[in-house]
Amino acid sequence: MVSRRTKWLLGIFFGLFTLFLYGPMLAMAVLSLQGPFGSQTFPARGLVSGHWYSELFADSLQGVRDATGVSIRLSLIVAAITALLSMSLGMAFRRRFRGSGILFYGILLSLMTPGILISLGLSLLSYYVGLDTGIYTTALGVQVVWALPFGFLVMTAVFNRYDARAEEAARDLGASSIVTFREVTLPIVWTGVFGAGLFGFTLAWNEFERTFLVAGPTQTLPLEIFRITSASVLRPYVYSLGVLTTLFSFVLIAVFMLVSRASQRRAESAAVKADEAAALPDAAVAAAAAGD
Amino acid sequence: MSTTPASQATAGAASAAPVGSSGGGSGLHLDGVYRVFPGGVVAVEDVNLHIANGEYVVFLGPSGCGKTTTLRMIGGHDEPSQGTISLDGEILNGVTPAKRPVTTVFQHFALFPHRNVLQNVAFGLKMRGIGKVEREKQARDAIDLVGLGQMANRKPRELSSGQQQRVALSRVLVTRPKAILLDEPFGDLDRLLQLRMRVELRALQRDLGITFIHVTHNQEEALSMADRIVVMDDGRLQQVGTPTDLARHPKNVFVAKFMGDNNTIRGPVVESRDGVVTVQGKLLRGAVRGDLPVGQETAMTIRASAVQVSTSPEAAAVNAGRARLNFAEYLGDSVKLHLDVQGEPFLAKVDEARYAEIRAFEGQDVTVSWNLEDGQLLEL
Ligand SMILES: Nc1ncnc2c1ncn2[C@@H]1O[C@H](COP(=O)(O)OP(=O)(O)OP(=O)(O)O)[C@@H](O)[C@H]1O
Ligand SMILES: [Mg+2]
Repeated sequence: MVSRRTKWLLGIFFGLFTLFLYGPMLAMAVLSLQGPFGSQTFPARGLVSGHWYSELFADSLQGVRDATGVSIRLSLIVAAITALLSMSLGMAFRRRFRGSGILFYGILLSLMTPGILISLGLSLLSYYVGLDTGIYTTALGVQVVWALPFGFLVMTAVFNRYDARAEEAARDLGASSIVTFREVTLPIVWTGVFGAGLFGFTLAWNEFERTFLVAGPTQTLPLEIFRITSASVLRPYVYSLGVLTTLFSFVLIAVFMLVSRASQRRAESAAVKADEAAALPDAAVAAAAAGD
Repeated sequence: MSTTPASQATAGAASAAPVGSSGGGSGLHLDGVYRVFPGGVVAVEDVNLHIANGEYVVFLGPSGCGKTTTLRMIGGHDEPSQGTISLDGEILNGVTPAKRPVTTVFQHFALFPHRNVLQNVAFGLKMRGIGKVEREKQARDAIDLVGLGQMANRKPRELSSGQQQRVALSRVLVTRPKAILLDEPFGDLDRLLQLRMRVELRALQRDLGITFIHVTHNQEEALSMADRIVVMDDGRLQQVGTPTDLARHPKNVFVAKFMGDNNTIRGPVVESRDGVVTVQGKLLRGAVRGDLPVGQETAMTIRASAVQVSTSPEAAAVNAGRARLNFAEYLGDSVKLHLDVQGEPFLAKVDEARYAEIRAFEGQDVTVSWNLEDGQLLEL
């Protein structure tokens, strides 16, 4: 039994956790619903109004909309590359090979390096070799490197649980390696690949530090938000923008959960314990009964 | 086939007499096959075997003895480190599984989880480039053959293990291989279903006339199904023979023990005269036909069912002894007696009719004995 005191401690801990997790979002959501005279801080004025949401479509905020478009395109590309590379790496790591241990940790290393230093380092490097930084070159590169370990770990987990005998059976029945991959491997692990891609998308969608110094002249959404928030006076459309991007992330998470739930149901649903005898040819049953 | 143990005590490398072989390349041949895994594990050692077409052969042996490895080499999922495997005169070494005219029913079936029964069964035909209509027709026939006609659209997870087993079987049958390899095909089934599937599988094999090579560690299963049993231990063939051969005439100590229901007496020869040698075990003394010099270490075996049990208090000095009856196990058609001779276990089987009489002696001493003709020498 959990003692009363432990219950209280756990309760407080959970309360704090929730506060830190949802508090900022809640504050933002409330402030985003202010009327036209709303300000950047509490108390909220003129609740409840959709003013700052429609404001997002004003001519003056073309930059925000452009940045959103850039972010969506960039995140999709990162997602695709992450999915592809994670899948290939997952396949490669199904067998031990020379240097596989070192490579494994090498891939995970980018999880541990401070993002802002990567950004700084890459911008210095590209300046030194005389290459321009840009969204679809340097920014894309750092984001893929950032997302890859996550996708890779997803695929490693997928292949750890994967039963390779289905592949052997396919080969046994006459399938070539490529056909086996297409007909058996991929259909079985595709939810994992999808998950890896989604990781790529969300990480790129939110990425700031690594992209900060290497995005070139174009802005991604996080960079644009940062630019706006560093300006002297904040107008509440920042909050409505924040709410919308957060909701978008929620949608992504929901999609992922639905997909993985569906595949899990596929994997876990218990075998139907149909009546064996019903399926057996009668003669065989009779023979079995007689033979025993 | 001679069943008297050869006097030179080499246990392995039992090459079988071909059954109905045309003498040429017909059937499956394993010649001097070894499999050494990286790190030096010798999983299969010097296997020589001929399996005739249409034969039902069961590989039998304890866990880790190399059964699966041997099967995988025949199926092309592993390659011998040394030696050749050929089928109907055609060398299979280096041929991919896809190109071999043998197919495997894998342990735990390995059905494609994302495909339904019909698609699973039709897969092999699809790989052979057979059109959709034709392959689905053939697949349906194969599914009907194993009695799963109504389940063609189910996914494997929606089937019981017995049904999955039949899908795995028809998936293989539909490609009309020359030989079917089955790795522990009944491992996932409950006992009752195992018994039924034995009958079904054997009947199917007889109808189709295809070679079946079946791997198991269950003696009873092997005895009930096989035309020939190949007993393996420690990567080597220990004995190859018909079920009757193995039950009546185990060749060496391992086979006698592994087949079960045998009593082994091991020790030096103390007397050798007129083609009869007397073996002195720890407690029992057995006389058996054979010709060995006095002093040589040897072993002999007596089948549990050949042992006579009496309640008389007198026991002869040879081929008999006093034993304590620990437990009389009623098996329906016989009674298995678990005895011990001053700590050494000893088994006997008597007729079911004697159950009441014998059971009264549980915890007491009885006399066991056997005839000279029922003992036989074993290789060590
Ligand atoms: N890929 C491998 N690498 C190294 N050793 C292996 C490999 N596969 C099998 N072995 C070893 O080879 C030996 C024989 O294995 P095998 O799988 O053939 O046994 P088995 O008779 O099928 O046993 P079981 O009844 O448990 O399935 C074992 O000692 C096993 O550890
Ligand atoms: Mg095995």
